[in-house]
Amino acid sequence: MTTVNSETARYIKPSKTLMVRRFLAEMPVVAWVGLIIILINLFVVAFAGVLAPYSETELVTDVWAPPSGENWLGGDQLGRDMLTRILYGARTTISIAFIATLLSFTMGIIAGFTAAVVGGIIDTLLSRIVDALMAIPTLILALVVISVLGTEIYVLIGVIAVLDSTRVFRLSRAIAMDVAVMEYVEAARLRGERLWWIMTREVLPNTVMPLIAEFGLRFAFAFLFIASLSFLGLGIQPPLADWGGMVRENATAIIYGIAAPLYPAAAIAALAVAVNLVVDYILARQNRSVAAAFDGVG
Amino acid sequence: MSESLLLDMQALRIEARGPDGEPFRIVDDVDLQLKRGEVLGLIGESGAGKSTIGLASMNYARTGCAITGGKIIFDGTDLRTLSEDDVRAMRGVKAAYIAQSAAASFNPAKRLNDQVTEAAVRHNVMGRGDAVKRAQELYGKLDLPDPDNIGRRYPHQVSGGQLQRVMSAMAMTCGPDLLVLDEPTTALDVTTQIEVLATVRDLIRTNNTAALYITHDLAVVAQIADRIMVLQYGKLVELGDTNQILHDPQDPYTKELISARTEEINTKVFTGMPENPVLSIKNVTASYDGKVDVLKNINVDIGRGETVAVVGESGSGKSTLARVVTGLLPPREGHVDFDGETYSLALKQRTKEQLRKAQMIYQMPDVAMNPRQRVSEIIGRPLTFYFGLTGRERDDAMMKLLEEIDLAPEFADRYPGQLSGGQKQRVCIARALAADPELIICDEVTSALDQVVAAGILKLLDRLQKEKNLAYMFITHDLGIVRNIADRTVVMYQGNVVEQGTTEQIFTPPQKEAYTQKLIASTPEMRTDWLDEVLRERGDLFEIDAEKHVD
Repeated sequence: MTTVNSETARYIKPSKTLMVRRFLAEMPVVAWVGLIIILINLFVVAFAGVLAPYSETELVTDVWAPPSGENWLGGDQLGRDMLTRILYGARTTISIAFIATLLSFTMGIIAGFTAAVVGGIIDTLLSRIVDALMAIPTLILALVVISVLGTEIYVLIGVIAVLDSTRVFRLSRAIAMDVAVMEYVEAARLRGERLWWIMTREVLPNTVMPLIAEFGLRFAFAFLFIASLSFLGLGIQPPLADWGGMVRENATAIIYGIAAPLYPAAAIAALAVAVNLVVDYILARQNRSVAAAFDGVG
Repeated sequence: MSESLLLDMQALRIEARGPDGEPFRIVDDVDLQLKRGEVLGLIGESGAGKSTIGLASMNYARTGCAITGGKIIFDGTDLRTLSEDDVRAMRGVKAAYIAQSAAASFNPAKRLNDQVTEAAVRHNVMGRGDAVKRAQELYGKLDLPDPDNIGRRYPHQVSGGQLQRVMSAMAMTCGPDLLVLDEPTTALDVTTQIEVLATVRDLIRTNNTAALYITHDLAVVAQIADRIMVLQYGKLVELGDTNQILHDPQDPYTKELISARTEEINTKVFTGMPENPVLSIKNVTASYDGKVDVLKNINVDIGRGETVAVVGESGSGKSTLARVVTGLLPPREGHVDFDGETYSLALKQRTKEQLRKAQMIYQMPDVAMNPRQRVSEIIGRPLTFYFGLTGRERDDAMMKLLEEIDLAPEFADRYPGQLSGGQKQRVCIARALAADPELIICDEVTSALDQVVAAGILKLLDRLQKEKNLAYMFITHDLGIVRNIADRTVVMYQGNVVEQGTTEQIFTPPQKEAYTQKLIASTPEMRTDWLDEVLRERGDLFEIDAEKHVD
């Protein structure tokens, strides 16, 4: 029999800093490279105005001027500073992609978890709506909606979020299904817990790792999607800088052997790769902990 | 019987890597000798290294483990000096392995014959035609129905007990010198277990095959083993003749194992049928699909402070009955009353107070607790949910609960993954207690636990019942437990209550119902001649059922 005196019985909640520290300590070099590139991008998003040597729309040099001391990456198709445009472009592209992905995850997870936990007719209904949405090619649907509603930024964000949420729905429904059949979820139901509590407290913590990994991938897809919309002229409208739009506007320069479109393209590629490097590490950790959990059972 | 040594493991050491990356020994300097035709029982609780030793006899180590020391001399050759190819040629031919879960060991997409003959054909021991003939012969010996054609079926087309016997046939096709049986009957119902046990034993005897019989169940191993080896934490604790281990154990750990099986903790005296039952199940008929009734007109009462055992084999409807009581499965007919108050049939319509009164403890504590919640959250949530306790008040109540289940306060910070099986089940009990219930439904709460641990859990439940006057609905297939803890017993079979009465009435022969009689007769007893006796006495009772298995 354990004796409980008032001193030892005091219950102190443990901190989560240890988990973060272990996450960083065990990180391999490639994941560090990815993380650093992401951090640089975030820094640029926050301080583009301070970092940029010129203004976003100012004509400062010749059309497609070669790199020089004044214009490190040369000029664009109108003679604006390429470096400045890339820095401002980061702000627009990344923030739109981030907000859109966040929205798509909120919608997708809520709908997916509801379908998995409630089941029955609700599940069928939601799943069929998603099937219908997914049956239409993404880009064409986006083109139609944007041409009808206009090319405002919030329309763009809304369209990307809704289209992306169908994929998030499928994933979150599938992983929540595995959790929803667990007896601890049944125990919560028997206790009389509400759907929201079951979704956020029982299901979400057990699905959060694959969802984070998916978030990274979806985020990368979102800014590639914005880039392709911009490339088609339906994305972010000039004179606002964005990476995809910049590739399109400068594309013809390639014919003359000028590197101008490669700079924004490289920025897109670098961030997409960086995000994936970090996501790979998160997934590998996840798999390892699952394997360890199974070892413990046997 | 030949006296020559078949398997000689000397100073066997097997290591695995722990979560911290440090190697630790899961089998530590174990010596094991097995003569031809001899059956050695390996006994121990989970983690004792029994299965690891069994696999090592074929020079095989599971992923993450490595055989790091000792000799494994099989039929005169040290397997550890052989190449992987040579060892592989011997596995399945000279030594064969029978796993616990036959269902998981068969490929569902292939016919039984293809799988049974695979080893023989691939190792060029015999041609496919001969192998099939040999398999059919074995099916016959193993009492499988329609031995000539059963091999053409797929795994899902035979019953669990039959599949286990088909697996024995698979192991025997090449006529191995050594059989490793890893808990071959643990997943089976007791009445099926008898048949598998008897046929496997006959097969071993007629073929003069040596066998390592791995199990945690002393009563089972007593029927089949010549000698018993007791293991704990990878070390040999005691080795002796079956009778000596059972009746005159020397080591304290062996004594504990034996007493866990036989201990009496039931101190209650039956005082008559409850007048104001806590739970009253009235004329309940339930079905999952609206067509086939899995419960048929069930009537069961449970009184305050009373333990009512609901026993039966898989498919008898005992777990479904629990689902009806909790509201997870609204019955088609009948109703469920608590304290004389008729509850809504569906869970959603029940009030918080109604839900609080009946709590549930599950078979597998691993999946009954959210792995991402600390013990403090798991047992603290009902306190907040039902009683609105927060902050200091909640922490104090939580500490009191931990004290009641004999766990130290620091367990509050742990995650379920950091607890042992018994500790996990204790936390599940604490979660149920947190609601201050009147009835706890215990669904096979000890069947996933080792016997010594299970005995501890049963004692805890018994103590809590006395302190809090709790009623238990105790669902189990283990009649050994029922006899020890239940005031009354309800026997279920195919959705019907076959018989109910005081535990004493049910267990005292002669039983009124043939099924009850069969169920009780099938429960292994801790003596070596039990199986022979049952087989001798089994008359029409078992024959009738054997017919039924043909379907």
